Amino acid sequence: MVDGNAVIAAEPGLAADREQTLAVEGVSVRLGGREVLHDVRFTIQAGEFVGLIGSNGAGKTTLLRVILGLQKPAAGQVRIAGAARARQETAVGYVPQKIELDPDMPLRARDLVGLGIDGNRFGIPLPSRGRRGMVDETLDAVGAAAFADARVGTLSGGEQQRVMIAHALISKPRLLLMDEPLANLDIRSEQEIVSLLARISKERQVAVLISAHEINPLLPVMDRVVYMAAGRAASGTTGEVVRPDVLTRLYGHHVDVIHLHGRVLVVAGRDEEPAVGPRDDTHVLHTDQAVPDPDTAEDCP
Amino acid sequence: MSAVFQAVFAPGFFTSDPVRVALLAGGMAALVSGIVGTFAVMRGQSYAGHALADISVTGGSASYLAGISPLWGFAGVGVAAAAAMDLIGVQRRRGRDLATGIVRGAALGLAALFLYWGTTSTSTTGATVTILFGSIFTVSGPTAGAAALFGAVALGIVAVLYRPLLLSSASPELAFARGIPVRATGALCLVAVALAVSLSALTIGAILSTALLVGPAAAALRLTSRPGLAVLWAAVIGLAATWLGVLLAYDSYYWPPVHQGWPVSFFVVALVLVFYLLAQLAAARRAGRRPGQARPLAAGRDGAGA
Repeated sequence: MVDGNAVIAAEPGLAADREQTLAVEGVSVRLGGREVLHDVRFTIQAGEFVGLIGSNGAGKTTLLRVILGLQKPAAGQVRIAGAARARQETAVGYVPQKIELDPDMPLRARDLVGLGIDGNRFGIPLPSRGRRGMVDETLDAVGAAAFADARVGTLSGGEQQRVMIAHALISKPRLLLMDEPLANLDIRSEQEIVSLLARISKERQVAVLISAHEINPLLPVMDRVVYMAAGRAASGTTGEVVRPDVLTRLYGHHVDVIHLHGRVLVVAGRDEEPAVGPRDDTHVLHTDQAVPDPDTAEDCP
Repeated sequence: MSAVFQAVFAPGFFTSDPVRVALLAGGMAALVSGIVGTFAVMRGQSYAGHALADISVTGGSASYLAGISPLWGFAGVGVAAAAAMDLIGVQRRRGRDLATGIVRGAALGLAALFLYWGTTSTSTTGATVTILFGSIFTVSGPTAGAAALFGAVALGIVAVLYRPLLLSSASPELAFARGIPVRATGALCLVAVALAVSLSALTIGAILSTALLVGPAAAALRLTSRPGLAVLWAAVIGLAATWLGVLLAYDSYYWPPVHQGWPVSFFVVALVLVFYLLAQLAAARRAGRRPGQARPLAAGRDGAGA
């Protein structure tokens, strides 16, 4: 399957030898007659930290739903650790977006992390040394030991995000998926969470895929990027993907990439400028919002 | 010493059969309501619990007319209403509030009709008093047996679903991500709430049963940050309020203005309020003791595992 317009094959040759933790193979999704994902393909290896970047409606959440097995693709498939995706696989740890925790709920950070081990099981859990040790170890690994006994609903956004990571991590998944973990975080917690995730992916050899509006917080630590626009994806290293020609092809209209003190700005070009490499598809969904805008509201799948 | 004892426990308290019945049936209702109520409050279902109590009055008053124990009507209509509330979508708040509000109004209208018939046919206010304010001193043996069964089912539901309920109370999204059938879990919890309400309605009355469901749980939530301990506290507070209420009602026979005794339901509900205020006070004091602490409700670091 060759679709040079939207998909940039950027797998390094040596990666083929390593085990692919996640392989998204030509996934297309139609919802209500509209194609929300078109031939998305990329792979992630163990220990890799990958950002899934795109603005609202680009298809990030739909893609995560396909990976989780909650959405059946119209074409293509997802393989996790070489096996076809089955629902409720313990190999995947998932943290949904916009979780609101009630400050009145009597639930400590350590309780929520414990529910990451066996929250779906019946019966009342008996306290055990092994269980407590596992919870303590995971809380420690995400830097949440200091507020382990605080009500989770009273914690700050950054602290809650650490607890969420621990909750997802404690079942020792091979793939950690997080939907917009940086939303609503202040800049400092944003940086802390990003470097924490990068460290975890290396130390525990977990493949980490997180979705985000904004590419810059992830730039310093991201191994590779999956850049999405209007249901299409380009993947590779940031150097391979975040380029005017690649992003112009992805967006379907002219895009400039400006480098500024180690950060990048992706801006829409003027309309009269001819697009580089016009798209040959007839079902292109035109997006007039080329700049990922973190301030826009709801991210609809 | 024995004078104090006599002042606290009026003569005959320990030998009275109605008292024994009240301690047993009331204790059972308090235990179940406290435990199930903790989940209802954590899940934000206390309004649903209140509505279930109102709606079940219809069943209770119909049973009274039919000459069977109101417990059957309370439980039957309550569980049916719980199922209906799930069908019309407890998930969406506005739809839920509107639908429950309308059904609740209609149910209370029917209850008023049944109670009117009950009152006119017997020429006493027995129906109204029994249904609305309970019959804790006169629960019969077979009814107590049925109540024990309903209570066991309610406790069984929350014990089996303890972890899925906890996780979906904290965040339905997280629970869903873990593969928990969030909706079915919530519906079963609502059935447990309906059964708990039927027990409380039988003993302290339909209009006061929410106090026993919500009050001890609300107090427990102020006292601890641990889910298991919150359930335990709610059970203890509910039990204490009910047993103390029975004692005070018994003692009040010797109180002015008329020597006829005060209704036990009044004492139970008043004591629940007192316990809630004490819990608030304790939480506020704990917050005050550690002024530097940003999280007043954080438990100490000495805790054992969950």
